[in-house]
Amino acid sequence: MTGPAISLRGVVKTFGERRAVDGLDLDIAPGTCVGLLGPNGAGKSTTMKMLTGQAIADSGTLSVLGLELPRQSKLARARMGVVPQDDNLDEDLTVGQAVEVFAALYRVPRSERPEAVDKALAIATLQDRRRDSVKELSGGMRRRLLIGRALVHSPEVLLLDEPTVGLDPQVRSELWGLISRLRDEGVTILMSTHYIEEAERLADDVAVMALGRVVARGVPSELVAKHVGSEALEVHAPASRLADITARAVAAGLPTRRTGASLSVLRAETFSPIDVGATGPEVGLRRRAAVLEDVFVVLTGDTGEEVA
Amino acid sequence: MRVDRSAVGGVLLRNYVVFLRTWRSNTVISVVDPVISLLAFGFGFGALVAKVGNIDYVEYVGTGIVAQTVLFTTIFPGMFETFFKRDYQHTYDGLLAAPVDAIDVVTAEALWLAAKASVFGLAPLTVAMVFGLDPAAGMLLIPLIGLVTGFGFACVGIFIAALASSFAAFDYVISMLVTPLFLFAGTFFPLQGLPDWVRLVAHLNPLFHTVELIRHAAFGLQPLTDLGHAVFLAGFGVLAWAVASRRMQKRLVA
Repeated sequence: MTGPAISLRGVVKTFGERRAVDGLDLDIAPGTCVGLLGPNGAGKSTTMKMLTGQAIADSGTLSVLGLELPRQSKLARARMGVVPQDDNLDEDLTVGQAVEVFAALYRVPRSERPEAVDKALAIATLQDRRRDSVKELSGGMRRRLLIGRALVHSPEVLLLDEPTVGLDPQVRSELWGLISRLRDEGVTILMSTHYIEEAERLADDVAVMALGRVVARGVPSELVAKHVGSEALEVHAPASRLADITARAVAAGLPTRRTGASLSVLRAETFSPIDVGATGPEVGLRRRAAVLEDVFVVLTGDTGEEVA
Repeated sequence: MRVDRSAVGGVLLRNYVVFLRTWRSNTVISVVDPVISLLAFGFGFGALVAKVGNIDYVEYVGTGIVAQTVLFTTIFPGMFETFFKRDYQHTYDGLLAAPVDAIDVVTAEALWLAAKASVFGLAPLTVAMVFGLDPAAGMLLIPLIGLVTGFGFACVGIFIAALASSFAAFDYVISMLVTPLFLFAGTFFPLQGLPDWVRLVAHLNPLFHTVELIRHAAFGLQPLTDLGHAVFLAGFGVLAWAVASRRMQKRLVA
């Protein structure tokens, strides 16, 4: 296909008084992996729900694979795989059955189901656990099963809603390997996450959301260069000095962020510490490379405290 | 909203595969419970009341409990299982992300519960036969009666689950709705002895029509009257399904 795999234009969704999504524009090119980054409450999950027809936009247009939502939502869903944030595996089933049931729900023809299930289990590297009960799986295996299950009908588009939330670092990197392989195979992936590192590792392209809209979009390295420059100056100093340095940096038009007891002044390549008053015996200085997390914090105002 | 046969089939298959792994506990409760009721009422009351009309009390209650079984094994899981799947297991999130709509989910869940109930209803019937109920050709209709009734009550349960925001809400429904439904249907005692207005209201109770139909299937059909009962039950089923589907759509799709 020629157009975008996923397209949202001026999408608005309110829940009562709250505007969860507020004029969202987002295009995802076929075969790319886009990370939807944003703090909790930025509208990521609502966006995902609208793409699967589980929330209906108040206004704006949405399409997936050229199919208009919500009118052609069922056709679109047949060609999409969804890995939900909440684990919804059927506990009573075996691993193989959990996938088989979804092969039927996704209308894989009966004769092709055994092969489709084998393939999905291979993706999830759970072939050996086929006959085990879902109950017996570890947290990481359950996540892999959710991903394999979402791929049983060889979807063209995969939605991943916070795919590694709540998992330990080792399992997380194992899942990153799995998602990275899918991306290499050309599946279009939209992945919501609030882990910066996850987006940095996996996404070709990142959309940063805040307050229901996209506030920045691009390749992670370009976003860093554009919004926070190449270097950050990390300043450790007593609180009163930090306040003074912050004020001087802001006056000079430099983005800043607080992380615990230290202050980061961004675009550090453009000034010297003396310019922002960061001198003296009680001031500790360290230069580091600017990262996507700096962009995230500067643009969303989120403290980044819960960011891994 | 339109029903989609492939989607309904997929959800039914899911329920079937889950059932294959859980049928023991699921079936035992549904079968043992009515049998206990039958024995308790049949022999407890049976000692006081020999006959209702010209039917032995144990046979009277036996046929009544078939209807009660259909009610209990559809309205309760319609409420509790649906609520649990929606809010705790997130089962419906998974189904709706697939090419399945709320109306397909409601249709499949109700059909599934109704099909099970039509079979579970045969347990007390069989036990009643052990205690003297004579088999009759008309009894072959009983699973069908159970299916239609069960579909309607499953939809009522699903409708209540779609309205409820916690399990606690079900307590009210059980006292205010389910208890009168099964008591004022002619299951354990005939309605003739009740005040006129109660009898009149009881005629709006779908389970009353089920009980009448089942008794006629067992003791002799009355074609014209029974056609009326059947039409009432079919209408009840369609109405309950429409209301449950609409409500569940509102609940599942924001």
